[in-house]
Amino acid sequence: MARRAPQGTQAIQRALSLYRSFTPEQPEHRLTDLAAAHGLHPSTAHRLLGVLEAEGLVGRNPDTQGYLWLPESGYGGGERPVRRNGMRLLEPLRTPFHRRTEALCESDAWRDWSGYTCALNYEPQPDYEYWAVRNTAALIDVSPLFKYEITGVDAERLLDRVMTRDFTKCRVGRVMYTSWCNEDGHLLQDGNVQRLERERFLVSAAEPCLRWLEDCGLGMDALVRDVSTDLGVLALQGPRARAIAEAAIQGVDFAGMRYFDLAGGELGDAAGEDRGVPVTVTRTGYTGDLGYEFWVASEDAEALWDSLTVAGADHGLRPAGLLALDMVRVEAGLVLIDVDYVSAAHAEIEVLKVTPAEAGLGFTVKLDKEADFTGRRALERERERGPAWAMVGLEVDWFELERLWEEIDLRPQVVGEPASREPTPVFAPGGEQVGQCTTRFFSPLLKKYIGLATVQADAAALGTALELEVAVGYGRRRAGARVVKRPFFNPARKTAVGSASGGHG
Amino acid sequence: MTEGAVGTTGTGSGGPERGSGHFDAIVVGAGHNGLVSAAYLARAGLDVVVLERAPVIGGATLSEEAFPGFRYSVFSYLVSLLRPEVIHELDLVKHGLFLVPTASTLNPLPNGDCLFRESDPQRTYHHIARHSRRDAEALSEYKLEMRRMGHLMFKLQRAAPDELAAAVAGHVGEEPDRAGSEVSAEVADIARYFLDLPKERMRSFLQMLTMSSADFLGQWFECDVLKAALSSSSIIGSFLSPRTPGSAYVLLHHYMGEVDGVYREWGFQKGGTGGVAAAIASAARGYGAEIRTDCPVARVLARDGRACGVVLANGDELTADVVVSSAAPQVSLATLLDAGDVPGGAGEALLDRAARWQSTGCAGKVNLALDGLPRFECMPDTGPHLAGGITIAPGLDYVDRAYDDAKYGGFSKRPFIDMIIPSVLDPDMAPPGKCVVSCFVQYAPYELAGTTWDEQRDAFGDAVVRTLAEYAPGIEDQVLHRQVRVPPDIESIAGIPGGNIFHGELRLSQLFLLRPDPAAAAFRTPLPGYYLCGSSTQFGGGISGGPGRLAALRILDDLKRRGAEAR
Repeated sequence: MARRAPQGTQAIQRALSLYRSFTPEQPEHRLTDLAAAHGLHPSTAHRLLGVLEAEGLVGRNPDTQGYLWLPESGYGGGERPVRRNGMRLLEPLRTPFHRRTEALCESDAWRDWSGYTCALNYEPQPDYEYWAVRNTAALIDVSPLFKYEITGVDAERLLDRVMTRDFTKCRVGRVMYTSWCNEDGHLLQDGNVQRLERERFLVSAAEPCLRWLEDCGLGMDALVRDVSTDLGVLALQGPRARAIAEAAIQGVDFAGMRYFDLAGGELGDAAGEDRGVPVTVTRTGYTGDLGYEFWVASEDAEALWDSLTVAGADHGLRPAGLLALDMVRVEAGLVLIDVDYVSAAHAEIEVLKVTPAEAGLGFTVKLDKEADFTGRRALERERERGPAWAMVGLEVDWFELERLWEEIDLRPQVVGEPASREPTPVFAPGGEQVGQCTTRFFSPLLKKYIGLATVQADAAALGTALELEVAVGYGRRRAGARVVKRPFFNPARKTAVGSASGGHG
Repeated sequence: MTEGAVGTTGTGSGGPERGSGHFDAIVVGAGHNGLVSAAYLARAGLDVVVLERAPVIGGATLSEEAFPGFRYSVFSYLVSLLRPEVIHELDLVKHGLFLVPTASTLNPLPNGDCLFRESDPQRTYHHIARHSRRDAEALSEYKLEMRRMGHLMFKLQRAAPDELAAAVAGHVGEEPDRAGSEVSAEVADIARYFLDLPKERMRSFLQMLTMSSADFLGQWFECDVLKAALSSSSIIGSFLSPRTPGSAYVLLHHYMGEVDGVYREWGFQKGGTGGVAAAIASAARGYGAEIRTDCPVARVLARDGRACGVVLANGDELTADVVVSSAAPQVSLATLLDAGDVPGGAGEALLDRAARWQSTGCAGKVNLALDGLPRFECMPDTGPHLAGGITIAPGLDYVDRAYDDAKYGGFSKRPFIDMIIPSVLDPDMAPPGKCVVSCFVQYAPYELAGTTWDEQRDAFGDAVVRTLAEYAPGIEDQVLHRQVRVPPDIESIAGIPGGNIFHGELRLSQLFLLRPDPAAAAFRTPLPGYYLCGSSTQFGGGISGGPGRLAALRILDDLKRRGAEAR
């Protein structure tokens, strides 16, 4: 006796049978033919084919308007999409989480990040996603990061030569946040380096650096391998991150993990289906909150996503897009390459280049380390004369904003906007320009208009009064601001160890 | 301590024994406005004590774990009006202010449809257009007009028209009667501003003060469902129907939160509304204010025509240079004052007016602990619409009938309900998988005809759950615990006479310079040294902190002037 299919599966069966009509021998069909062959009303067939088209399984022949088989989509037989040389020409790149993020991205708002299509905001407004990071927990797909595995006897020596931090002090199971510079001491990038084993590291960076790492390691016994597409990376950030991680991942002592610790674990979801999938966990993130980043093989990405989503259902977990990320990272006082500073690798003119100290990353430069790292001599000279610029936190005076908008008979129109990345001049009070504000927004959490600014070193002391140019109506005005401590928001839970997740404030 | 010390340093700072001592200022009541006042006074260097009759601070901003694992915001449940200057000047975020926005409003309808509004106006257009394209288009114009009206209100608040208050009050206090003298530049500015308003704006403003919200909204919209949805803010906390003249003003009062630069939306305080009071108290203590609970005040002490302290219920006396009360006028004026202490023989009349202040509570709170999220027939999934407000007000007739029940002394059989699900906004409010629901319910009159609340409390709770079940079938089976609070509870727990959440109806007869009394406008009372700072003062009502701040600034100003005169 044939098993009766459960209700609601009819559409799936019809779609599959439609898809099976496409063969290498007959890769193209007309809608009417397909509908007739399957006994479907043309509008039903059209709807089902539309889904197949949206899924990338079939396409349209622009000349005939017929439906075309897209064999390279590679669905079926349990296989994942296979792409020619890792990418299909003319098609945006997808992260390994894309099928999950796409299903959730109701806003259809996407942004290109390093060539990958990433959700800008999942819902029409980024508000709830932003608050999830500070109030509950958020999942953020950060897979577009470039990832390089460095192995070999000289792996540590290579990193110690390239990086400004001291990698002889980086123990296995730790992550180091570091800068790296060119010979002139100008900042190329900042990023995290994981020490997975004694002779195995993983560098994650916003921009490519395979060539730079290889060239710096010339003659060393160290292999640099680009594993960017091999790994999916998912950030779980927010006060509830630990509770969710503990429910989703086995074999990791989350309560005992310190900030910038690294641990290996495996998925341990309740269903048990994905049990045993290995995951690397780092207690890192780009939000300044309690959080973790999970590093998995790309083929396991969806299993990781599903495990965390199930575990987070009762904790207010939401996916968060890049707009929300850009807001929280400003509150955390974290700089962004090519927004808050220009990498020396592609600064067209000399004045755009900065040293780590000038980009607010002076704490990553260890001049007391032994190795002769790239840029060292220049940075030593800088230490003697002092950096010319400084990255500062700016807080714009609320009452100044009220005053300026009052002149055009409005309340300050600065609330509810995502972070602005348009560089804006910063002035000495009533005087000359002393720098520029590169990211700014009104923090719904702090109820303050804050920004990251690069200013002349003599205008960088905490409490220094400055002025920020603001657009009031169509006019350009100056609002009083002052230099404040970065990070703007730094909850105890970010670094707390033990069961307490810490309050905020 | 930005303002420098004002007045004299009290002798109470050395840790006076409970129930005695001298302070620069005594604040009666530790609701949010009393605490704001205390914080500003202490911030200016004054030695301040806050005296609260209840065992806990917060007044109507109160949270409690009434059922294990579930936290209720017992009375007030959302914050939108909190003044930005209060947040900034008292650094309230540092002290724990944490407001999660509720960005949408869902109005379920009996036919299984709904009206949904989001923060994105373009998307909201399409939601409304399903019901009426004309109204969808009108909504943005309406909101613009309301923002302009709200801005006018800010102008009024900013102007702090001393002279006008003095003119209305015919002041007998330390502020000499300035009526007849030349008006200040401030008053001239505000007068100019009003005179220069476009005619249609002036007309709108006057309409707002006098019309019913149903009529006012009727000028804009054709769709009953939308009018009912928008009229919600015109009745919340007021014993009015949307068809009662004067209700349009309440619309505007609630709209001011949306106009303001800091919020423009309603926010939920993480951990419950009690967190707002806790943050303000923390700021006040940080500036050195002392807060005493379980410390009811019996009356205000006066000597030589000036307030000089208070007598506590236990008979102890505390002395102070100024006394400021955050209580409603029935308490602040009618109870705490001795008519004979009011100079000029105006005491009896003043106390009499205060006792007759219109402040009848009309709203109840039903807080529910549920086994899981409610499923609304109109949007049965558990999407982000559950993070917003959910209002049961499917039509103007529906709300008007609910009002009719109450008009004759009953609670609404099918009430107006303004609901939020705090645990969706803040999972700390309930155990994982469970949820708490906060229902603000109208109408529930303070006094029931022919019966008592003790007898009707459960029936009222049942009516609420039954009404919700019409839109969220099955919710009645999800209830694990129910807390029903009615106006007499608000009165006894929060200490607000009549249980009116605004400390008095927001109607023209009780607004502006008439709030709470023509002789006690602009925060001063006829008894020099005795001030008012609660929701029943100018621009009061809602968690704004505005009255608390303005009263404190008035006091500091008076102390400074007094100090100058003494020198």
